[in-house]
Order: sequence, then C-alpha cells, then structure tokens
Amino acid sequence: MDYLDHLEAEAIYILREVAGQFERPALLFSGGKDSITLVHLAKKAFRPGKFPFPLVHIDTGHNFPETIAFRDWLVEQTGERLIVGYVQDSIDAGKVVEQRGKHASRNALQTVTLLDTISQHGFDACIGGARRDEEKARAKERIFSVRDDFGQWDPKRQRPELWNIFNGRIEKGENVRVFPISNWTELDVWNYIKREQIALPSIYFSHHRDVVLRNGQWMAADPALQIDAEDTVVHKSVRFRTVGDMTCTAAVDSEATEIDTIIAEIRASTVSERGARMDDKVSEAAMEDRKKQGYF
Amino acid sequence: MNILKFITAGSVDDGKSTLIGRLLYDTNSILDDQLEAIQQANRKNDDGTIDLAILTDGLKAEREQGITIDVAYKYFQTDRRKFIIADAPGHIQYTRNMVTGASNSDLIIILIDARKGVIEQTKRHSFLAKILGLRKVLVCVNKMDMVDYELAVYENIKNDYLKLAAKLELPDVDFIPVSALKGDNIVQKSERMPWYHGASLLDYLEEVDFEEVEQQGWRFPVQWVVRPQSADLHDYRGYAGRVLGEGLRVGEEVLVLPNGYRSTIKAIELDEKSLNGASDGASVIVHLADDIDISRGDYIVSAKYPAKTEKSIEANISWFENRALDVGQVYLLQTHAKVSKIKIPEILYTFDVHSQEKLLDQEIGLNAIGRVRIKSADEIVFDEQQDFPANARGIIIDPRTNLTVAAVLFQSA
Repeated sequence: MDYLDHLEAEAIYILREVAGQFERPALLFSGGKDSITLVHLAKKAFRPGKFPFPLVHIDTGHNFPETIAFRDWLVEQTGERLIVGYVQDSIDAGKVVEQRGKHASRNALQTVTLLDTISQHGFDACIGGARRDEEKARAKERIFSVRDDFGQWDPKRQRPELWNIFNGRIEKGENVRVFPISNWTELDVWNYIKREQIALPSIYFSHHRDVVLRNGQWMAADPALQIDAEDTVVHKSVRFRTVGDMTCTAAVDSEATEIDTIIAEIRASTVSERGARMDDKVSEAAMEDRKKQGYF
Repeated sequence: MNILKFITAGSVDDGKSTLIGRLLYDTNSILDDQLEAIQQANRKNDDGTIDLAILTDGLKAEREQGITIDVAYKYFQTDRRKFIIADAPGHIQYTRNMVTGASNSDLIIILIDARKGVIEQTKRHSFLAKILGLRKVLVCVNKMDMVDYELAVYENIKNDYLKLAAKLELPDVDFIPVSALKGDNIVQKSERMPWYHGASLLDYLEEVDFEEVEQQGWRFPVQWVVRPQSADLHDYRGYAGRVLGEGLRVGEEVLVLPNGYRSTIKAIELDEKSLNGASDGASVIVHLADDIDISRGDYIVSAKYPAKTEKSIEANISWFENRALDVGQVYLLQTHAKVSKIKIPEILYTFDVHSQEKLLDQEIGLNAIGRVRIKSADEIVFDEQQDFPANARGIIIDPRTNLTVAAVLFQSA
C-alpha cells in the first residue's frame, strides 16, 4: 500500500471509531488545510450517509475573510451542519478580557470560547487536525487524548494507546480530543490535497497583499492588528503556509500559485510550518501550556 | 514508497533520544528554526556538542529532568522510505508508554550501552517485544566510542544477547555497533570500526523487510453501519470497517461472527466508488447479498478461514496500573470495535521478566506480565497470535476509572 493510502485508511478508521464510540462528537473546523483535509476524509468515511457530527468553528473575529467565505462555501457544498462559537460573545459576556497593545491577539481567548462551546453542546469528542510533526508537545500527544472536565490535558497521565484499539471511555463532563491525521506531515497533507484535488482558501496561494513587519514576520495589514506610525505597510507577493487568525499567522514570501510549486517550496524550506506562528514563539513551552489549558 | 514504523528502547541514558536526534540531524531532517530552538535551550554536552535529545523531549517536565517520560513521534523521509519513529522512555516507571510506542511499530531497536552490556531493562524490553508480537529486533550496541571501538566488546554483547533471544524465541535479530553521539554507523559506515561489515543504521532501516507472518484469510471488524435512510437510498446498508489480512473480494463467501450467518460480498465501496476488492489495511464499506442484522462490534470474516469464537480464553496480559488485577472485579475487554464485560477468575502464572521463568505468583501488579483465563459475557471473536496477529489483540479497561489497565495477547501457552 502506498503511504498516502495507508495514512488515509488510518484516518478514516479513526473517524469511524469516533462515530462508534461517542454520543455527541464534533469536528473542529478552522478553515485551514488540515481541517479541510479532515472534512474530505469524513466524506470517505461516511458517505453516502451524513456526517455523524457537526463542524464547529471557533471564530476569533479576526479571521481572514477568505477563510470565512471558504468555510461557508464548503458547508453549503457538503450539506453538513455548522456551529460557530464567537470569541466576541465570550468578550461581551465578560468571560475573557481582550488583550491590549501592539501584540494583542485573541488566540489565547479562543480556548475559553472553545470550552464553552463544548459544554454548551455537550460534545464528548472533538476531532481536530493537529499533527505530531507540527510541534514538540504535539509530538507527545495520543490520537485519543483525554481532557478533564476543565478541558485540560495532563501529559503525565496519558492513557496507554495500544495497536489500533482506542479507548474513548470517559466520565460525563470530560471530553476526548481526537487527531486522525496525527501521523501525517505537512508534506503528506499537501501531497494528499494534490492527489485528491481538494479545494483550499485562496490565501494558501501566492497573492498580493498589504503586510507589516512584526518580530521579523510579515503580518497581514488589517485593523485587527494595531498599526501605528512606526509601522511601514508594504504591498508584497505572499502566501500563508498555516492559517490561524490574522493576529497570529504570518505570511511567507512566495510566488507559488499552484500546488506543485507550493510542494517544491516546502521541500526546499529550511524553517518549519510553525515557524510562521507567533503563538508558538511566546515561550519554550507555549503549545504545551495552551494544551494544558484546553487548547485543541 | 511505504512506511516503516520503529521504536527505540533501552535503559535511561543508553542514548535513545541522541540516536534519534543524530538520525534526524544527519539526514537533514531538522529545520533551522528547530535547531535554533535547541541551541537556545542551551543544554550542552561536556564536549560542547549540542544535545540532540532536546529535539524529542517535548514536555517541560522532560526537559527539567533530562529524561523521557512519554513517547514522542518523529517523522522523516528518504528517497526510499518514510519513517515514523517512536522515541519511548526507558525508565521502568513509564513502561506503559514504551508499550504504547512498541505496539504501533514494525521493528524495535534495542539500545545497549557498550560499557554495560545486557542489563535488566534490555531483558524487560526484549520480553515485551516478544509479548507484543514484534517480529523484528535490531540491537544497536551504542557508545562504541567509550570502549575504543573494540570488536571484542561488541562480540561479547552480541553473544550475550543471542542467548537471551534464543531463550525468548525471538525470531529475527540483527546487530549494529554505533556511536549515536559521534555519528558512527548511523548514516555513514564508520571508518573507526573497520571490522564491522554490515550496513549503517539508515541503510538497514531503508532496506529491512518487515512483512508480518502469512495470515490466511481476512477479518473485517464492523465499526459503523452506513444507513442514509434518505428517499433515494432507503435500502442502502453498508458496513464500514478496515480490512485485516490478505484482502477481500466481491463474490467471496463470508461468515458473520459471532452469530454465524453466511452470505456473500455483494459490493465493496470507497468514496462512493465500487471496487472489486480491498487489500490489507484498507478502510472501505462492504455490502452483503443477504439482509442480516449486523452492528458495530460484529465481524465479517472469510468463510474459508474463520476466526475463533469463544467465551473462555487463555491469554497473556501486560499490566499497566498500580492497582493490581482484581480477580473478582468486572473489567471490559475491547477488541477492535467490540467491548465486552469480562472477569479474570484465574491467574495461571506470571513471568519473571529477568529469567523468563514462569512463577506461580497469584498477583499481577504494575508492569507485570502474566497468563490468565478470561471469562466473557459475550462471545469473543479472535485469533491466536501465531495464526493471525492482527486479530489477536485486545485491551482491558477498568470501568471504575475508564483507564486502559492491560494489553492482551491471545496466544496458546
């Protein structure tokens, strides 16, 4: 079996285990390439039936408009259900406080909105598109990752995970984060997208956009970022290698307008995908700390 | 291109993480920002070289203590193969995490410190490899630089290990002398060990054949029933699952277990497209010619080579929790998509991990390996390890805590 067939079959198997083991699962959909790949895999797992879960998007309010347009198009095209949790609602309800200053981001706040959305809908399993090659804490996480009733991950108390037998048993209030594409690399995802001709938001491909330099990274020049006299807005040819919201995702210089050139670019790249994520640069254990709080 | 999954096992400080770091570093699989992060973490060895172990010790607690607590998965690729490495802890306290990594691997690399030779952890990990049914063992005698690259040291360790392997009846063992720290025989053949004529570690991993034993027939554990019940598909009933074994074909006669109904495969689908057959590992949807009541947890198997169906089974188990096996307690046995209530009324014996002898011990506690009788409320559909490894596995869950407390292997004696 070719490696992409192997990875695909493994992911479909995991998605079906979620369907079989949980009462109220959800698929966390960010509009990025990894969760788009999950939706494609879910079609292979459950069609001609409907998905046994809704798509859930945690909207920070600072999303790229292209991502939101793509999300709505995909929902309409698949006929599946979409639930949106708004970070703005958490702010309005006084549950979180918006960060201030030049480096303000809603990235940390979305964990609270996510946990609220999970509890509001009673989700017992949340499927996510995290990959172990992304980051060193993620390299440690199980495919079925049990979170306590505060959504917390305890890396020291992970369950053994044997063969392909997944134990999804939990108490009410707890939930399991499930990562069907744990064993995929960034390049695997791109090769799969190419093979399966999966549609993506336009921002993954090279385009011209206004950007500003922040901590050595090109950020989209948008009102979501506090831009002042110190900043110089530049119009450049860029693309996004990873897509979070606009306050934490940096663009890379690129002329790649097609999948083949993107794949060539990634092969030649000397920095990792998460190198363009401001949220991982906060500290040595940034991702681990966020996961302990309930981040996906 | 295919995928090789392997695990590194060994005692604390035998250099597992360094070996992996070296493999990744020397195959240019570490990117600049990751290397920079390692350098910033500033853990340096005595000779000033950077500590590649940091690459896999992804948890704060691991970096604080300089030990590996849980499995880290690392990925790299050459022109020949894709590799998934499970870097597992050596510490006895984290045996269950090592078992997690080992159960998902095709091959186990056992590291032995050239200065220490075969020690207790070597025996423990080799025994676990045997119990988990790993077919292929590669012994890397590491830290050859610390023993002046002496052939005699290597030969002695090799002979000691071969004795252990014979006792455990490990089918297939290979050896490579290496220095992970200095990079000897990792990617390039080392000039400092001219007496060694075998492959470097990377060459070995690219070429090693890891096919499982010949499994006759196939198993199709049903994970999910696809029933759209829409106006145009109201008769549609597909069984979704993943193929184990030699593969299934349209028109083949099948047996449905445990109820014993017979039918034939009417159609096989993937992504709403019809297939003539599906091979080992494929996730597909199967349609049968007859309307039979089949739900999640049932098995569709080849009628020619049926699986066993029993309520009382002997099995080897490896225990993961502090709280010892309770003979009166109800546990759950999960095999693929089936969860059954079980009791373990009898501990037949346990194994001494160091001498491999059978002990008439009546307790199975943390890290113990034993032979038990399992009594199940439902009929369990299974095979024995020697006949059909992919269907000889299960886990035990404690319903009081929901924890996975043991690995189960169905195997005669």
